[in-house]
Amino acid sequence: MTLPIQSSVAAETGNPSIEPGPQEGVDVEVSLESLSQWQLALRRFLRHRMALVGLAVFSAIILIAIIGPIVAPYNPLDIPGARLEGGDPPSLQHLFGTDDAGRDVFTNVINGAHISLAVGLFSTLIAGIIGVIVGAIAGAAGGFTDNLLMRIVDVTFAVPLLFLILVAAVFFGQGSMIALILVFGLLQWGLIARLVRAQFLSLRETDFVEAARAVGVSNLRITFRHILPNALGPVIVVLTLLMASNIVLEAFVSFLNFGIAPTEATWGNALSNSQGAMEDGNWWWAFFPGMAIALTVISINFIGDGLHDALDPRARL
Amino acid sequence: MSTVVDLNGESPAAEGRTVGPPPAADVLLEVRGLKTYFHVMDGTVAAVDGVDFQLKRGETLGLVGESGCGKSVTSLTIMRLVDIPPGEIVAGEVWFDGREILSLPMAEMRKIRGADMSMIFQEPMTSLNPVFTVGNQIAEAVKAHRPVSNREAWNRGVEMLAAVGIPAPERRAKQYPHELSGGMRQRVMIAMALSCDPKLVIADEPTTALDVTIQAQILELIKAMQERTGAALLLITHDLAVVAETVQRMAVMYAGKIVETGTAEDVLLDPKHPYTQGLITSIPSNVPRGQRLNVIRGTVPNPFRMPAGCRFEPRCPLVFEPCRDFDPPLRTTDLDRRAACWLHYPPSERPTVSDVAVPSAPVRTERVGKR
Repeated sequence: MTLPIQSSVAAETGNPSIEPGPQEGVDVEVSLESLSQWQLALRRFLRHRMALVGLAVFSAIILIAIIGPIVAPYNPLDIPGARLEGGDPPSLQHLFGTDDAGRDVFTNVINGAHISLAVGLFSTLIAGIIGVIVGAIAGAAGGFTDNLLMRIVDVTFAVPLLFLILVAAVFFGQGSMIALILVFGLLQWGLIARLVRAQFLSLRETDFVEAARAVGVSNLRITFRHILPNALGPVIVVLTLLMASNIVLEAFVSFLNFGIAPTEATWGNALSNSQGAMEDGNWWWAFFPGMAIALTVISINFIGDGLHDALDPRARL
Repeated sequence: MSTVVDLNGESPAAEGRTVGPPPAADVLLEVRGLKTYFHVMDGTVAAVDGVDFQLKRGETLGLVGESGCGKSVTSLTIMRLVDIPPGEIVAGEVWFDGREILSLPMAEMRKIRGADMSMIFQEPMTSLNPVFTVGNQIAEAVKAHRPVSNREAWNRGVEMLAAVGIPAPERRAKQYPHELSGGMRQRVMIAMALSCDPKLVIADEPTTALDVTIQAQILELIKAMQERTGAALLLITHDLAVVAETVQRMAVMYAGKIVETGTAEDVLLDPKHPYTQGLITSIPSNVPRGQRLNVIRGTVPNPFRMPAGCRFEPRCPLVFEPCRDFDPPLRTTDLDRRAACWLHYPPSERPTVSDVAVPSAPVRTERVGKR
């Protein structure tokens, strides 16, 4: 067929064949192993130096929280100190000194680790699970369901956290760790839900979702198999940061005496007990628990930073 | 789970919708008077405004037009992939394989999509899910329509990858989309589209996103696969060279309407509609070096303010009396050729200003408010 137009297609390649030409470089990459997105993310994470430092420190803290109470030099209820006014300063016998009651601060910090971490971890887990489910439903369903769920999220944001903690302390009895975890988790899922919903709304418009629809994949399958795994990256990052902030929040409410019972050894309670310690020059009462919190939060934030870079879909290896 | 609603919105067809008689048995796809509008903040856009065409079994048809003329929306409407709202299928029928598919419930439509009718998309780089292997994605398409085991579906995927010319398909199937080049990914998309032996393949600008050297290969592949499987092909493109290479018949779209149809050879060698003539004379290779390129003067009409008469009238070099007020319907000019231009009507059949009735009502442009 002779046509008045020149076929740019046929002219460009003398030999249009079905087999791909060498220009696709098929055989060059043959030796490369096949890596999934998650494997690639792991590889990127392992190249993130600060994240690895954070992971190492955080792992050590978790290890201490688990085996610490066993290897700690003193029983947390022991009063091994010299009962000096203001406690003993750090010494070889008491690495972090002793507090006003004569308790070993090192033992308290070690014993406080598991409560702080447990509150941080489980409250974040609750927020994450509820948030992902609600956000996914809202984002996938749209319309009325979406509107309703998002207004509920708005309500959870409107509830003052401290007020609810106070109520919970009265309701469950002050010092309940479970109550604290529930209050944190049940008030914070809204953040995750909004994020997941936003991810869903943008992923719904992607070409691969359209392509999945075009081959007849069911909506349920598209939601959970195509959209959800792609939405999880940013969620994981935000969850790590939320966990760090919940550890701080636990310390904060314990400091205000609305959190864990003051008789328990937690980092927040240790800080609370050391109010006024600085004026008296007993810096070690506050310094070591404070450092424990700071170290934990910083290490988690480094991990979050590494995850952020690793899970960024635009990042290349 | 009842909370996850249909991503496509519900069927536009109300119960008891009346449709015309089915087309002849050799017609695989017939589109009649199709109108797909989009209700957006500034009003209503008539993206597809009265489109008719038919495609026989095993035939190849090119749907040609510039960006925004409604060719992609036409194909998405046939697939029932238009989001409703903001989209609305205002009127028309789509007959596919003896059934009127605009009235089908979504669950029925899903059985057709991917099985009897499938689509190759423009962007191979983004049309594959990054978190699954390509073999997995083809297997998913197979499993959506056939009662096969995972193993069988996977094997079918490998088989299809081999059929579209991917070397070492067993290994490629286990790879992720980011490990494949654009050309390879488009081969995967083709493999996926053909995995259930569809009767109709819609290819929406399948080569636009690809390297020129790969374009030829992919077109050859689509053609070869179409011939091998006997599927009908609806090729959507803005590239006249692609049409000339690939299809038997073509339809030219302008501003939501088909202005000319015929065999690809006839239309390209002897265009009847001034728009098609303009398109062909503006191909750069037709102009001697150093001379100004031919263009169609003016721009595509604003979708909110379509001309009342012929939509090409403001740009047409051959405009005459009836064009401003009357929109010409498609008219058979020769055997198997149709054009929508008053020039091809005998003077006695041309409307005059004294005729009150306007053949095609102007597009609704009222503001529908913020949605």
